[in-house]
Amino acid sequence: MSYQSFGIVFTMTLTLLTANVTHAADWLGFRGSDHTSVVDSSLTEDLSNIAWKVDLPGRGLSSPVVVGDQVLITASEGFRQDRLLIMSFDANKGSLNWSQEFFATGRTGCHEKTSVAAPSPVSDGKAIYVFYSSNDAICLELDGSLRWFRGLMVDYPNASNSLGMSSSLALIDNVLICQMENDAQSVTVGLETKTGKTVWELDRPRAANWTSPTVFKDPLRKKTVVLLQSSEGVSAIDPQSGDQLWSYSDGASTIPSSVISQQTVLIPSNGLTRIKPSFSDPEILWQQSNLRPGTASPVVDGDNVYVINRAGVISSADMKEGKRQWQFRTEGPYSATPLVSNGKMYLFNEKGLGQVVALGQDGGELISSFDLKQTILSTPAASNGAIYLRSDSTLWKISD
Amino acid sequence: MQPQPGCFFWFAGMVVLFLSTTFTYAIDTSDAIETLSNYQSSQNDLPQAVAAVAQLKQADASSLIPLLDGIAGAKPEAINWLAGAYGHIVRKTAKQDLLARKGDFLSYIQNTEKAPRARFLAFETLTAIDAQTAGQLKASFLTDPSDELRRMGVAVAIDEAAQAEGDSKKALLQKALTGASDKDQVDAIAKSLKTLDVEVDLHQHYGLITSWHVIGPFDNLEEKGFDVVYPPERSVDLNASHEGMHGTVSWAPLTTEDNYGTFDLAKLTEPHKGAIDYLFTEFTVSEGQPVEFRFGTPNAWKLWINGELVFAREEYHRSERFDQYRIPGTLKKGKNTILLKVCQNEQEQPWAQKWQVQFRITNPYGFAILPSDAPAGESN
Repeated sequence: MSYQSFGIVFTMTLTLLTANVTHAADWLGFRGSDHTSVVDSSLTEDLSNIAWKVDLPGRGLSSPVVVGDQVLITASEGFRQDRLLIMSFDANKGSLNWSQEFFATGRTGCHEKTSVAAPSPVSDGKAIYVFYSSNDAICLELDGSLRWFRGLMVDYPNASNSLGMSSSLALIDNVLICQMENDAQSVTVGLETKTGKTVWELDRPRAANWTSPTVFKDPLRKKTVVLLQSSEGVSAIDPQSGDQLWSYSDGASTIPSSVISQQTVLIPSNGLTRIKPSFSDPEILWQQSNLRPGTASPVVDGDNVYVINRAGVISSADMKEGKRQWQFRTEGPYSATPLVSNGKMYLFNEKGLGQVVALGQDGGELISSFDLKQTILSTPAASNGAIYLRSDSTLWKISD
Repeated sequence: MQPQPGCFFWFAGMVVLFLSTTFTYAIDTSDAIETLSNYQSSQNDLPQAVAAVAQLKQADASSLIPLLDGIAGAKPEAINWLAGAYGHIVRKTAKQDLLARKGDFLSYIQNTEKAPRARFLAFETLTAIDAQTAGQLKASFLTDPSDELRRMGVAVAIDEAAQAEGDSKKALLQKALTGASDKDQVDAIAKSLKTLDVEVDLHQHYGLITSWHVIGPFDNLEEKGFDVVYPPERSVDLNASHEGMHGTVSWAPLTTEDNYGTFDLAKLTEPHKGAIDYLFTEFTVSEGQPVEFRFGTPNAWKLWINGELVFAREEYHRSERFDQYRIPGTLKKGKNTILLKVCQNEQEQPWAQKWQVQFRITNPYGFAILPSDAPAGESN
């Protein structure tokens, strides 16, 4: 080997060691790596195909994330739910790789239906970032070792909701976005992923808010922005500076979150509103009051958008005009946002009933159902043809 | 084929890289531990903490006890930096190497002078390597300073009582009550004792304040009164009268018989809404001490101790629960004054009609602090 060849090999090795090692099949955050809930690969239609299931300690309704062959998940344990857990399971076998525990530094009280481990983690393929209703933000390497810890209630002592908070994390380049929005001290911060340092903070509307930030590639500004949704509307924020670039101000839901599709944003606002960014105020493409999502966030598959109301009825509408095409009643109610894969919707209701519904042009059709017999409030994850789903006490892998 | 120098160096580099990421060795970790232990704030200490915790990844099991010792006196964030480093070393240490240090963990757990959370981490490690020995310790935690360990001790005592009958059961339940401070365990014990004709004085056990003086209503229409400084915030004179929301208001004594010390201000002040009441009391202790002011209210509130505002929260009707708020503070020796501002808004939903408060004082471990001038058997 020549010295030149050595240099090439050395550089390639370093590149391999330091590059973002995400795989196409990774599921890196709430509603997936792109926050759309759309799965590229096929999923089993038979939800009784349990590849493995493992017991989980404590409580939690955060979604799993999948990085390579690791399934990472959070939980909170103890009478006061003040012990914060992060666990890694082997995606193939379900065995525990590692578990790390911390102590909450912020308030841990919440409504009995939710838990301190409600926000979903996010990953860049190299590290896992986790967040809790206590406003503790933590970065761990994928071997479970600590990179940094932030107790954000030290800086924002009134940033809490006595019912609990649930906003999941978003990650853009080297900035982690932590949304802490509530009635008392409402703030969203950007943290440097390398050190946890606060790079910006943003005062937000003082109102309880359980939505999650969404990542949007703004086609006009050729920039990836984070969309923060609140009762006042949606703000597009520059992830590096925290500056607001544009906003939609006609109000929005504080429970289901916006979804991105075809370079537009579908906002749970006045029913459902589709907007397209412009260099001034965003253009409203349509608003449909009869497309009002319940708790689950809307999902777009191709040229159709689907919302599920509080009664468990799926409404399908065309993306172009928002015109409702059909409705199909399923057995709800739902807290979890469904997955969509290959024209099928995978829904898990609060009673633990999994349902697979074929999404046709003229209507829905129930293909199969399976009762997991546990309360399910968590949005499922999917990777390599498998569904990963959790309750308080169980993590399932469902696949052929 | 001739071996090439570049190939050799590349291979050697990879070996070094592999060894450095795979094996651990005894290194001097005292500075790194001290850095984490002294972590005060993200503004000043983040870069050093990131470097220190990265260095500690290479440490071996000899750093475990020093890491636990670092928790003593550390701030909540610092405890977590240390807990993260501790957890990683535990995971990468072979079980037999941890078992070789079992005596260290055992001694650490049994030394109640050590920091409660450090002892809890040691207990978890012991549980992982020798669950039987760890399990045998639980009964000894009945009045432990660590609330996590104490719950285990109380649970053991409750389980023992469940297996007993008559006077033996009563004695075991009363023993369990000596360590119980969490509401679920106290309630379970009190309920069982009631079946044996023993009434638990919950006011005294929890340290609930059941007697206040109250004045109001003051104006909070459109939630505008939260930041208005009404006369009680300037000074409290229990003989004074002030201009209230609908005329002159005066201080009046207020007591409650509610088991959990809840005061129903909505009933007291009806039909007014969009209004504010102030509650005032004096609390005498024989020694100055750190405490927690623990209370629950679905309403917005401000709390002054000895005339100093210690916390304020403007949140309405997002639930109320026992020990909803835990505000650390101190009581000085002798007489202390407590002033609470409790604000109701004008929401019309049925679940937004509550205007109430419940308040107690505990030590940092959750045990009731009773006023030193209370008659025997009374909390306030």
